[in-house]
Amino acid sequence: MISLRKKKKRDGSAVNSDLLRRPIRKWFPLFILPVFLCFCIGFIWPFLQGIYLSFCTFNVPSDAEWVGLANYAKAFTDASFAHAFWYTAAFAVVSIIVINVFAFTVAYALTQKMRGSNLFRTVFFMPNLIGGVVLGYIWSLIFDAILKNYGTYLAANATYGFWGLVILVAWQQIGYMMIIYIAGLQAVPEDMMEAAKIDGANGWQTLFRVTIPNVMPSITICTFLTLTNSFKMFDQNLALTGGLPQVIDKVNKVKINMSELMALNIYSTYNISNKYHGVAQAKAVIFFLLVAVLALSQQYATRKKEVQQ
Amino acid sequence: MKVKRYSNASTVLTVVFVLLCLVWIMPIFEVVINSLKSNASINQSAFALPNSESFVGFANYLKGLTFGNYPFLKSAGYSVWISVVSTVLILLCCSMAAWYIARVGSGFANLFYYLCLFSMIVPFQMVMFTLTDTADKLHLNTPWTIPVIYLGFGAGLAIFMFVGFVKGLPLEIEEAAAIDGCGPVRTFFLVVLPMLKPTLISVGILELMWVWNDYLLPYLVLDITKYRTIPIHVQYLKGSYGTVDLGATMAIIMMAILPIIIVYLFCQKYIIKGVAAGAVKG
Repeated sequence: MISLRKKKKRDGSAVNSDLLRRPIRKWFPLFILPVFLCFCIGFIWPFLQGIYLSFCTFNVPSDAEWVGLANYAKAFTDASFAHAFWYTAAFAVVSIIVINVFAFTVAYALTQKMRGSNLFRTVFFMPNLIGGVVLGYIWSLIFDAILKNYGTYLAANATYGFWGLVILVAWQQIGYMMIIYIAGLQAVPEDMMEAAKIDGANGWQTLFRVTIPNVMPSITICTFLTLTNSFKMFDQNLALTGGLPQVIDKVNKVKINMSELMALNIYSTYNISNKYHGVAQAKAVIFFLLVAVLALSQQYATRKKEVQQ
Repeated sequence: MKVKRYSNASTVLTVVFVLLCLVWIMPIFEVVINSLKSNASINQSAFALPNSESFVGFANYLKGLTFGNYPFLKSAGYSVWISVVSTVLILLCCSMAAWYIARVGSGFANLFYYLCLFSMIVPFQMVMFTLTDTADKLHLNTPWTIPVIYLGFGAGLAIFMFVGFVKGLPLEIEEAAAIDGCGPVRTFFLVVLPMLKPTLISVGILELMWVWNDYLLPYLVLDITKYRTIPIHVQYLKGSYGTVDLGATMAIIMMAILPIIIVYLFCQKYIIKGVAAGAVKG
């Protein structure tokens, strides 16, 4: 019963009172066991097995043979994987800048006094509900219809595929990021803005010295989401260009899909032949480590800039 | 309340935004007009409005229902079933687990919580081959059992969000329930679950959008000669035939996105709030 009196001082983590804890524990099989078993089936086991298989050659997991680091050596020397990495990195940089600048500008405008801002918000967010495959298909039809006037088509050139994908994800994600920025902008304390006004700050000074530092948490979230989204992008890439055009690298004698992002590269490596299953799994592990490191370092870098309140 | 005043600058801004919005709905508008045109005129001038010559009414839609070697309504049915059941399962099981984690706080509970956090940064490509294999071995590769896979792979985000919210709930209410003789099961369903309603809506919308639009997981796990969802159906329209029937394709795309847009227009308040809440937590 002491815990009843202590609860004012709780620290937010593991808030407990024995009164609740003991009876709940008895219901372990009902409350947590089913999810935990599904989590093992759907995540833990496939994840561990995936790491193990990246060191093996296999057709199906049951006939795996240990080969050590051979798969990783193949993955690192694979020209198509390196190309996919640089293509993804360029795509990530461009799409992060385009999406965030545009989304912030729109959110900033919509939080000013404006007629119909709710309607605009509704329209901008709408594309986000459409799935990647359908989006990719819609845009591939549109781009092909436009490019036909110039006697070419989308899959003819990786540059078209690149900018096509940027336009597609901008269209899809700006609305989502805009919602987050609007929430952030609405949380900026009114008195702070007034104080800036009284002190004689002009519009730009207020924006850069007051507004932006205060919406840093939103900027952290949005850059994090756009970064991980662009690295993990698969459906849109598959449906828009499918990685085409394919060229044969004369030096290494390998086929390279010029508009292929990393996730699609892993997928298509798996489909080359049975011999490549292990290589694809090794690429997937490298891909996972890359995404994890990027996500964590981005969090670390922008969290430092946030205003303490 | 202050009376809203609009300046000249705001009028200009409004005009700019009206134009921008027109650009924004252009792609969907294109699909709508082309779904009503004949194939020949789509090929000739995709951006022209339908005229008396090219207008074919709903012929494309009728064709679209059976086009593509697979009935559209069947794939729509599987999509609805899989996304609704998976979402309900995720909401129920993960909110229960999150309550256990937040209130018990034992070593196992904390370990599970950190594993959930960890799973959120793991891309699907990392587990896709092994997950497919596991699903095959355990006979979870049918539309009736695939929600279990979704629960397993989607548990991370849901538990993370629910735990964050449960920790913000006042203990007093649950303690009062316990003192009044309410067991954990009744406390959860009658006291905690109603308080979780806003989070249930947020998480529900995020999970529903994810499962509904997901392509790769059902494509790999299900036997696609028998079972297809809408994204698989749409992806299969592309390239698998000599000449693509653009009119029917446009009609199928329209049928695929129209239900979502209608739902969105009715529940946009919840959807936008849910997204904002979900993102801030993440």
